[in-house]
Amino acid sequence: MAIIDLANPTRFLGLAHRALPWLSEITAAVFLVGLFLTYGAPDDYQQGATVKIMFIHVPSAWLGMFGWALMSVAALGTLVWRHPLADVAAKAAAPIGAAFTFLCLITGALWGRPMWGTYWVWDARLTSVLILFLMYLGVIALWRTVEDPSRAARAAAILTLVGAINLPIIKFSVDSGNTLNKPASVIRLGGPSIYPTILVPLLVMALAFTLLFVTLHIAAMGNEILRRRIRTLRLMQAQSAPGSGE
Amino acid sequence: MRPLAAIFMRDVRLAIRVGGGGGIGVLFFLIVVVLMPFAIGPDLALLAKLGPAVLWLAALLASLLTLDRLFAGEHEDGSLDLILMADTPLELTVAAKAAAHWLTTGLPLVVATPLLGLFMNLDGSAGAAVALTLLAGTPALTFIGLIGAALSVALRRGGLLLAVLVLPLTVPVLIFGVAASNAAIAGPPPFGTPFTILCALTLVCMVVGIFAAAAALRQGME
Repeated sequence: MAIIDLANPTRFLGLAHRALPWLSEITAAVFLVGLFLTYGAPDDYQQGATVKIMFIHVPSAWLGMFGWALMSVAALGTLVWRHPLADVAAKAAAPIGAAFTFLCLITGALWGRPMWGTYWVWDARLTSVLILFLMYLGVIALWRTVEDPSRAARAAAILTLVGAINLPIIKFSVDSGNTLNKPASVIRLGGPSIYPTILVPLLVMALAFTLLFVTLHIAAMGNEILRRRIRTLRLMQAQSAPGSGE
Repeated sequence: MRPLAAIFMRDVRLAIRVGGGGGIGVLFFLIVVVLMPFAIGPDLALLAKLGPAVLWLAALLASLLTLDRLFAGEHEDGSLDLILMADTPLELTVAAKAAAHWLTTGLPLVVATPLLGLFMNLDGSAGAAVALTLLAGTPALTFIGLIGAALSVALRRGGLLLAVLVLPLTVPVLIFGVAASNAAIAGPPPFGTPFTILCALTLVCMVVGIFAAAAALRQGME
């Protein structure tokens, strides 16, 4: 099946319907393995058991960024090829990416409380993740403000691409802005090298979270397609209703 | 060139004449700065320390204030459709409008800054340094705001959405604007480094802002 066949929402729905049970099962299995490995991973000699928050925190951070990258690719699909599924993919990815970014912030705060004695510091990394979260909320707000879905898709696509250009600049500014005012970053994950006993569970958990993202994304795309069909049906119904002037 | 000059002059005239609201931005700037000592107390040492940050934040909010009318008037009376259909490239028209907007809202803020710096216990040279960073940085705020204005032109409650969309993007400009001001006033990092980065940010925002705003206007009018 070529990628062009997937452009047909009905085909996509059928494929998603068949793939979702498999994907969910694989995700659950990888999560089980990952959690088991995490349980077996040694505690840090300084941080104790709190280091295990990292196995959720780091994959969430990665998926927060992955979500924006996915939206940017979808935005290109919307603007360049007018691909109908690209709109749906971009819209479905925004809340999921925002949720993972939020999870990253929450787990970071929970880890920071015993480590630094405070939930929040204006560290460069934390600040840029927070701004990423705010930009997700901005994109979601834009999606929710424009009524016509295809027009909303193009507006959100432009904002997403502007964000994709700006996010590295923001990251760089926050990094160097902080080093201008403050000593270097407080967070240093695992020091110069990460031991395999930590790295292997981390990679498995990253894979599990990525699978979770993909599963949720495909399910959300399916829901969005159905939601648009309902909208179209309602519009048609409203047009043919008696007293509508036609 | 003539249509661009006409659009530029038209926007400037609209801003400075009755009903344009060109002076309101400076007034807002003044009021925000005056409110600060009530909030943080009249401690002169503290005010001098916070001065550049307060001036920058106030300028940021003041330049945001007039952005939602940037394309809204043209959208309401239909001239935006004429601009879109004209032979003049939309990017150039957008750039001319941005230049007019900066001249009527950004430049007055820059001129008022040394004076308002006195309220924040910044002496002449410190106030001039902040004004210089604002001169380099406020065009970037206009160009970033251009994107938000173009995206929210046809929307109800567009002004609120515009602030939400635009403010996160202004973080780099704010960081390097305040860093350059602080470097000029207190040191120790040299003034040149953050200031040149600020100028670079303005140039990047100019390119991205103009093209993104033109693309947003085109898609919004289809």
